[in-house]
Amino acid sequence: MVAFAVKRKTKVSTGGSLPVLLGLVAAAVFLAVGSLVSNIFAQQTVAGLAQGAIFASLALALVLIYRATEVINFAQGEMAMATTYIAYQLTLWHVTYWLAFFLTLVIAFFLGVVVYGVVIRPVQHRSVIALVIITVGLFILIDGLVTWKWGADLKFMPAPFGNQVYHAGGVSFSRQDLGVLLVSILSVILLWVLFQFTRLGLAMRAAALRPAAAALVGVRVDWMLAIGWGLAAVLGAVAGLMTEPSQFLQPTMMQSILLYAFAAAVLGGLESPAGSVVGGLAIGVFLNLIGQYWGFATAELRLPIAFVVLLVVLLFKPTGLFGRKQVRRV
Amino acid sequence: MRRRLVPLVLIAALAVLLALAPLGLSDYHRGLWAHVGVYFIAILGLNILVGYTGQISIGHGAFMAIGGYTTALMSHYHHLNLIATLPLSFAITFACGLLVGIPALRFRGVYLALATFALAVSVPELPLKWSKWTGGSGGMQTATTPSNLWLYAVSWTCAALAFAAAWLLLRGRTGRAFRSIRDSELAAASSGVSLPIYKTLAFGVSAAFAGVAGSLFVLVTNGFAQPNEFTVLLSLQLLIGAAVAGLGSLWGTLAGAVFVGLLPELSTAVPFVGQGHGQDVVFGLIVIVVMLLLPNGVAGLLFAIDSRFNAPIKSDPAAS
Repeated sequence: MVAFAVKRKTKVSTGGSLPVLLGLVAAAVFLAVGSLVSNIFAQQTVAGLAQGAIFASLALALVLIYRATEVINFAQGEMAMATTYIAYQLTLWHVTYWLAFFLTLVIAFFLGVVVYGVVIRPVQHRSVIALVIITVGLFILIDGLVTWKWGADLKFMPAPFGNQVYHAGGVSFSRQDLGVLLVSILSVILLWVLFQFTRLGLAMRAAALRPAAAALVGVRVDWMLAIGWGLAAVLGAVAGLMTEPSQFLQPTMMQSILLYAFAAAVLGGLESPAGSVVGGLAIGVFLNLIGQYWGFATAELRLPIAFVVLLVVLLFKPTGLFGRKQVRRV
Repeated sequence: MRRRLVPLVLIAALAVLLALAPLGLSDYHRGLWAHVGVYFIAILGLNILVGYTGQISIGHGAFMAIGGYTTALMSHYHHLNLIATLPLSFAITFACGLLVGIPALRFRGVYLALATFALAVSVPELPLKWSKWTGGSGGMQTATTPSNLWLYAVSWTCAALAFAAAWLLLRGRTGRAFRSIRDSELAAASSGVSLPIYKTLAFGVSAAFAGVAGSLFVLVTNGFAQPNEFTVLLSLQLLIGAAVAGLGSLWGTLAGAVFVGLLPELSTAVPFVGQGHGQDVVFGLIVIVVMLLLPNGVAGLLFAIDSRFNAPIKSDPAAS
């Protein structure tokens, strides 16, 4: 079974092509040199990476679900928002922040599994339109439930990382940005380890890539897909919890993040986990730098710019940075 | 003959009912039903695209915003007659729909859903950028605000015109082309249906309907155009209305419009649902239940009942 899966893995692994990798290295060098030259540039880059890490978590959640069940979950952001409210409720009950954080991740996992089992599985083989409408219904349902329970006004949670600012050679980094970056990247790495080095991860990859063959070698495909939805909800919860320190808690907090995550996922090729992470970081940095250095691109234009990025990628390189060429059989 | 007569009689009865209804309605309810008429037009347009051509759009709130701001801007700065702004927003959003339709040609399925969702999220940000002219998040008002009776009459007249136009468009060659694209793009292209022309046309027409609905939407909300009226939730509601109505059915559209237009009103009377955003809960629950249990929406349900009643007459057992 292992040999079989490894062979498959090499065949479908979605690494970037050489020009793409060279381009990424060039971009990284550009950012590094720019950061050494200008303090503001360095500050904006780090802040952009922190925001980008949040986009990357949510984008990775979307990609996980898309790979496993070919569903774009429009409710992903709202699920993340709802789980953040659960964490908020826990802190109201005097649970310490980090305990609430991990409890919320567990709750998010079960939420994801339940959503898959109750809502998605019965319609999984219907048309794309039906699936999109279902997740849109979920979007509104969750939005309504949260607003009904907690109201639409801003809520505040204890700050997880404190408000310190570090100074390194004239450049100041906020501890919060660094913490957000660290937590998001750590969760992505943990997930990668799970998928790459455990039997469960192997079974989940098999269930997503070749459901019929996986079922034949004894993988319980339905359960694997449900766990995939659960893990995606966990990643979403991380994204939501890491959004809270800068945006505070409100029912609409993840709607714009969802758009950035879509743009990130598409930039990465929609099927590539690594691509979605790179795409998320790239979009975070890009939005920050363009906001800093192009006077026209004010805060109101961040969403339209993300839309343009998404459109340009879809028009000129629909497979994204890390995607495979799709050949359709007719 | 009988099958052609029944729908015609039904339409005529419905038209008379809608025309006479304002006499018996209070002023408040006239305004409410004007809302339903507005949703009717928008959902009709969306249905042409999603239900008949098989192209998904989560971005029709954006076209409504463009139409709405066209009316508000023209009335505010040029004191244009409100009726005259309607054809103008039709034309502008038709052009916008074509523009969106051209890149949309290359996207299928989920990619189109993503792109239109992004459109719905980003267009309401634009009035904030140019707030000098649009009043920013505070919004802007039309020069005159019409009465509820005026609104009722205009929105349902527009709805009737839109319905007739949609019916004429869909019954003939164009409608066949749309449906063939929905059922199989490949088969359609092989039969000589030009995908670029018909897909962009569907986008244009659909967007234009949404644009007119957007203009009327601004008028029924006291002539105020505000970015937060056109959030992504509006786009989602339209899609849900179309899904509840039954994709690919003109008849169901009325049910979808009544659902979207009256639910907020209805739910304030129901104890649990009335508070806060209880209506969103009901919206979400109903659409999920409908998608799980009634894949063809209310129209599909009616059709199923109808065919059960008429089954012995219509179908030939030997043939089936």
